[in-house]
Amino acid sequence: MLTFGTGNKAVAMAVRDAKPVVVAAYPITPQTEIVEELANFVTAGSMAARYIPVESEHSSMAACIGAAATGVRTFTATSSHGLVYMCEMLHMSAGARLPIVMANANRALGPGWNIGAEHSDSISMRDTGWLQVYVSTVQEAYDATLMAFRIAEHTDVLLPVMINLDGFLLTHITQTFETVEPGDFLPPTATPHAIDIKNPGGYGTLTPGNTHFTFRRDMERGMRASIAVIEETEADFARRFGREYHLYEEYRCEDADVVIIAMGTLGKEMEVAVDILRDEGIAAGAIRMRWFRPFIVPDLDGKEVVVIDRDYSFGYGGVLAGELQAKSGCKPFSVIAGLGGQEVTYDDIVEFVRIRKPGTEHWFGVVD
Amino acid sequence: MYEIRLHSRGGQGGVTAAKLIAYAAFLDGKYATATPLYGAERRGAPVVSFIRIDDEPIRIYSQIRNPDLVIVLDESIMQVVDVLHGIKPDGTVLINSQIGTEVEGHSTYPVDLTGIALSLDLVISGSPILNTPLIGAIAKMGLISRESAKTVISETFRDERNVEAALRAYEELEI
Amino acid sequence: MGCPLSGLAGNEPTQYFIIIHVKYPNERLYTMAIPDEEFLLKTTSACAGCPSSLILRYVTKAAGADTVLVIPACCTSVIQGVYPTTAMNLPVYNVAFASAAAVASGMSEAFRAEGKKTNVICYAGDGGTIDIGIQALSGALERGTDFLYICYDNEAYSNTGMQRSGATPLGAMTTTTPGGKKDHKKDLDAIVAAHHPVYQATACAAYPQDLYNKVEKALSIPGPKFMHVLAPCPPGWRFPSEKTVEMGKLAVKSGLWVLYERENGKLTITGASKAAMKKRIPIEDYLSVQGRFRKITAEETVKMQQMVEDTIVRLQREVDGIC
Repeated sequence: MLTFGTGNKAVAMAVRDAKPVVVAAYPITPQTEIVEELANFVTAGSMAARYIPVESEHSSMAACIGAAATGVRTFTATSSHGLVYMCEMLHMSAGARLPIVMANANRALGPGWNIGAEHSDSISMRDTGWLQVYVSTVQEAYDATLMAFRIAEHTDVLLPVMINLDGFLLTHITQTFETVEPGDFLPPTATPHAIDIKNPGGYGTLTPGNTHFTFRRDMERGMRASIAVIEETEADFARRFGREYHLYEEYRCEDADVVIIAMGTLGKEMEVAVDILRDEGIAAGAIRMRWFRPFIVPDLDGKEVVVIDRDYSFGYGGVLAGELQAKSGCKPFSVIAGLGGQEVTYDDIVEFVRIRKPGTEHWFGVVD
Repeated sequence: MYEIRLHSRGGQGGVTAAKLIAYAAFLDGKYATATPLYGAERRGAPVVSFIRIDDEPIRIYSQIRNPDLVIVLDESIMQVVDVLHGIKPDGTVLINSQIGTEVEGHSTYPVDLTGIALSLDLVISGSPILNTPLIGAIAKMGLISRESAKTVISETFRDERNVEAALRAYEELEI
Repeated sequence: MGCPLSGLAGNEPTQYFIIIHVKYPNERLYTMAIPDEEFLLKTTSACAGCPSSLILRYVTKAAGADTVLVIPACCTSVIQGVYPTTAMNLPVYNVAFASAAAVASGMSEAFRAEGKKTNVICYAGDGGTIDIGIQALSGALERGTDFLYICYDNEAYSNTGMQRSGATPLGAMTTTTPGGKKDHKKDLDAIVAAHHPVYQATACAAYPQDLYNKVEKALSIPGPKFMHVLAPCPPGWRFPSEKTVEMGKLAVKSGLWVLYERENGKLTITGASKAAMKKRIPIEDYLSVQGRFRKITAEETVKMQQMVEDTIVRLQREVDGIC
């Protein structure tokens, strides 16, 4: 059904259509509309889930862990301080191999208080064992949320998935999007290690060092297997519903001499910058990274690279730029832009390309 | 692409108005986005919303710097905010005004949205409802169709006086 | 699967617990109404004389097979055994320190949504309840979660080597209060009572029948239930390993620990505490046999004795319907 709504509403509708059994909810700007919409669905009877209004984000992930342990589908949503407050439980849920799905409205961390878009919240959770996808339109927020359940629950993966959408820029923008009837695109959950009263076992018991590492190695196996599962899921989604997604999205890259790389809404707006640069005779292209974990490196051979990070790792640099450099050997012009919702337009992105100096870092808007 | 910047005060319904205008454009078969620019949410504070309407998918998320149309829901804002900032040379201005306020150098359309709301007793928590008559004025300017305007209002508001308010604004606005 | 999931291979009921069937002078033999089936098995790795495993044994007997235990970091993380085996013949879900009650919330809702009546029991120490876990506990109680939360209280972070907790009593030495604790024990039961759970009770490792009866009753009532069980810890409290039961009895007979249950707001004193409400042994008899109270001052002892008297008066007034 073609409809019109915000990024938050699209996530909530995808969750409704995925029919989870348990939803844990705690409000935080700019995600709150998701848990409000879910409460409306449950109250109106259009969603049969148990809605647990927890007292903190630490507990929202804990409640999802408890529910998912029994083998049912679960969902929660958070942002910023809420996400880092539940950090411990992100490790616990991934380590317990529970296919929990969560939406994160990317937002800056204090102090000072700032509710604008920034990726530092989710990027700082990159080593928890969660898959992370970054979306750029309201439609993609809906589609990625539906697909997240299938990817997380796949027995080759069994790792939780975080859908990241830029706070306000995407959570609060109103756009056209189409909902679908998932049907058997989303098979029922079949968690192989779900709690079984008839076959009791000890979950997460004391595990000595000569065993612990084998479980971490298995997590990495699940993470690596997820690449094929993501591709297969996205291909099946395209077949059934007609909308195509890839591990990363390329725009006018074929003959490009310089490519701009970013995640989230900047990854969409930079297409406009590419068009402007092309009109000026500069062979520019763009790559929008969708999956940050697993990290999939595009072929950047022979291209100049401009990476825009809406995040920063102190003492290191822009995280996306650093990881691309480490994995591909490219020497990116690393731009730090859009922190805390800082305004960045396609004109600014055009300017980044014009002033590029490979191997250097540029903080947009900062005059030293 | 047609770009609209809407200035209002917190509590006046500016954010909802932006969504409704974009929704009506969507019903007309166009691509449209509505984006509120949030600071701390508080009543009475100046609020800005952006609406983009185009025949192609819209890939821009940043703020509108050069609007084709500036809407001012509360003319007292003009004393504290430069509402004309960056407006295109041929850009137009729609002002909710009871005294027919005009701005120099741009085509101005003053319309008494507050008066229309009060005449129909369309008041919530002491504030007149401005967004539904605004939809009527936008339809009169030809940015959205009369039919879509009516549909979004009746889908969103149960009170039929909202449709009447839009009709009155449609009739009162002189193009 | 790739996550630590321990099995039951090679386990059988442990012989360690036979000690509990010994008849003490002037006491009933507590074996009549309690089933023989064991859920805590041979590979348990508890300390000698451990009260927590003793309590766990009776809790699980009362709960039966259709039960999941949710356990935060605490002594029971160790007691249940080491991967790849488990000493528990029940599903046990080990969770982060602060999260037990919240995990139980999600688990209980999931079971109920699927039409299952499975008991969800949090079995947590005092640190995981009174300190780091109190927020999650408060939330789960307030939300009306259908579960039983049991705090076994050994009055310190015993699992990490006896550090002070909010449950450590006045005057007690721990490794972080080497001169004796200068603050009172936090009144957990008053905090829980403020949430008006459907059932609330205290119990003690030394009185297994009373404990068993209360767990059985709690699990028969839907909604949030809470039990606070005193667990005299030999290494932590510094007394000989064979004195666990004796220490629990001294706590009850001195009135320092009162056995009661509160059902739908109505308080009933139970078991050995009925007598202790009228006549008590001096608390010195309890303090003097524990090494942890070696540095308690006379002034602190007086304060503690006064607290006992105040508590007894307060509880008696509640029983009499005066407050």
